[in-house]
Amino acid sequence: MAIFINEHSRVIVQGMTGSEGTKHTKRMLASGTNIVGGVTPGKGGQVVDIDGHSLPVFNSVSEAVAATSANASVVFVPPKFAKAAVIDAIDSALPLVVVITEGIPVHDAAAFYAYSVSKGTTRIIGPNCPGLISPGKSNIGIIPSDITGPGRIGLVSKSGTLTYQMMYELRDFGFSTAVGIGGDPIIGTTHIDCLRAFQDDPDTDAIVMIGEIGGDAEERAAAFIAEYVTKPVVGYVAGFTAPEGKTMGHAGAIVSGSSGTAAAKKEALEAVGVKVGKTPSETAELMRRILNG
Amino acid sequence: MDLFEYQARDLFESHGVPVLAGAVATTPDQAYEAAKSMGGKVVVKAQVKVGGRGKAGGVKLAVDAEDAKEKAAAILGMDIKGHTVHKVMIAQAAPIVSEYYLAILLDRANRDFLVMASVAGGMEIEEVAHTSPEKLARISIDPNFGVTAEAAAKVIAGGQFPADIAPQVTEVLFKLWAAFVAEDATLMEINPLVKTEDGRIVALDGKVTLDDNASFRHASHEALIDHAATNPLEALAKEKDLNYVKLDGEVGVIGNGAGLVMSTLDVVAYAGEKYGVKPANFLDIGGGASAEVMANGLSIILGDTDVKSVFVNVFGGITACDAVANGIVAALAILGDAATKPIVVRLDGNNVLEGRRILNEAAHPLIEQLDTMDGAAARAAELAAK
Repeated sequence: MAIFINEHSRVIVQGMTGSEGTKHTKRMLASGTNIVGGVTPGKGGQVVDIDGHSLPVFNSVSEAVAATSANASVVFVPPKFAKAAVIDAIDSALPLVVVITEGIPVHDAAAFYAYSVSKGTTRIIGPNCPGLISPGKSNIGIIPSDITGPGRIGLVSKSGTLTYQMMYELRDFGFSTAVGIGGDPIIGTTHIDCLRAFQDDPDTDAIVMIGEIGGDAEERAAAFIAEYVTKPVVGYVAGFTAPEGKTMGHAGAIVSGSSGTAAAKKEALEAVGVKVGKTPSETAELMRRILNG
Repeated sequence: MDLFEYQARDLFESHGVPVLAGAVATTPDQAYEAAKSMGGKVVVKAQVKVGGRGKAGGVKLAVDAEDAKEKAAAILGMDIKGHTVHKVMIAQAAPIVSEYYLAILLDRANRDFLVMASVAGGMEIEEVAHTSPEKLARISIDPNFGVTAEAAAKVIAGGQFPADIAPQVTEVLFKLWAAFVAEDATLMEINPLVKTEDGRIVALDGKVTLDDNASFRHASHEALIDHAATNPLEALAKEKDLNYVKLDGEVGVIGNGAGLVMSTLDVVAYAGEKYGVKPANFLDIGGGASAEVMANGLSIILGDTDVKSVFVNVFGGITACDAVANGIVAALAILGDAATKPIVVRLDGNNVLEGRRILNEAAHPLIEQLDTMDGAAARAAELAAK
């Protein structure tokens, strides 16, 4: 099983002919992802060779889907053109669109998210995220595939490098799926969506949830855990010592007032029985103890 | 980016949101000129990006231009909650009958936009939100449809605006939405929106936050940046395209990825409790950082006189540890004898063995390598306390 992606995922790369797109297409291919083509408006009809794979390029997602039966897309298109690319994918009713692009205006993200909701056929992950990996099955995005292998832990995180760090800490256990949902103010798939999917996934036994300051997504996730999740959940929140009012990289990681602080998030999670670690290593240790019974 | 009140006023005006006459002044003489050209009574308002300036004495009524000059002289240079007042706004004074509240903002929880409005506006809007939430309209706006006539009607009804001003408030709402979209704002708040004695509805004070991600389609936003408030090290980092925030501790921190760096600050702060030291900065070198980026980052941190030790914490995902190691070695070579602070390095992930080998071979006396994030943080804290 695994969530959202598996060995049947057929992936097109939007922006494959750009430098980032090409670089990460190589990496995804090397980790076994079934990449079936790319989309770059104006370059349709070309065939590019990437590490021995001949990949057709299409002008639009609908052409790509018609020719390849793709069922997922990953977006490396620059911020200026990202909205059009995502709308194109939604119009083709692709079930999964993973938006890696960093720096997309929030009005654009709001527009394509609302559009995806109105169409009801596309799950968006991101933007500004590392993507997701079901080790040994599929890897859509930029998460390194050699950190660890398949296992029975599910991971959901706002942060890319903390995803990698946590996968590394728990590399002897492995993961069913690790999802980097991104730290932007508007994201397509939330902690709650992933928690629900992991709870429903028979191949996931326990869940690590990584959050960071800003917004109230972790607080809402805590309420959802109380109501729906019976599998053990371990949490980590970054930004306990971040000063108020300073933006630290992720557009979403802004503390304003009391809500959104790491302390408030930790408290909310602990109140529903989630064990929260002070550091990534301590968090991994909490998970280790659960899995070792 | 948060705007000053005068910038918000100008932006509102350019989009047809009704405002009173206003001008910015950086000297008492400029304040005099502005007040003189407006004529009559004016309000002199400190321009700081922090609340509570009225209570701090940063807003004064002036009866004429001479008085405005005096009031400006008193307010300029004032410290309001750690913010020095460099500018004042001279605003036309108008007799006010009622104060309302109107705002459009990004709603992260709902992943759309939100209009909030209330006839019970003014200073105590947060109080209203708590004690009588029924007086505060909260209407969700679909980003692809905007503020429709139907949504506007809900705002008027929910905010309990009386019929005699409903058409004018509706008009302001439509204009504000147009401005919100046109400028790629994440917040446009009018507080208070007022009714003047002569029956006009105008925005008396405003808060605006613009989306920095959208700056590529707003050449005009560049001019709104407050360079005076930027820390010199932060300015230098920005020039080098580094994501850097100056903090007030002693342990310099460099890492890759905002989440990991925030986590590193926490780990350093915990380790530092024992030694009485704290993180000196946030510095994210980003994904796929080259040796050059690493060298730029290290130079900035070593140039911070508050820094006593440095902790480089990298988990190589896209970033290759050998590039990071090369960057550290290169930076130290460039800095030569100017580099005197110990550097604790923890590398893991992509090409870690090669990265560690490069640092071992360099055998630089300032560099110390540790295997774990927690262990390295403790060592960096210990070194900073020496």
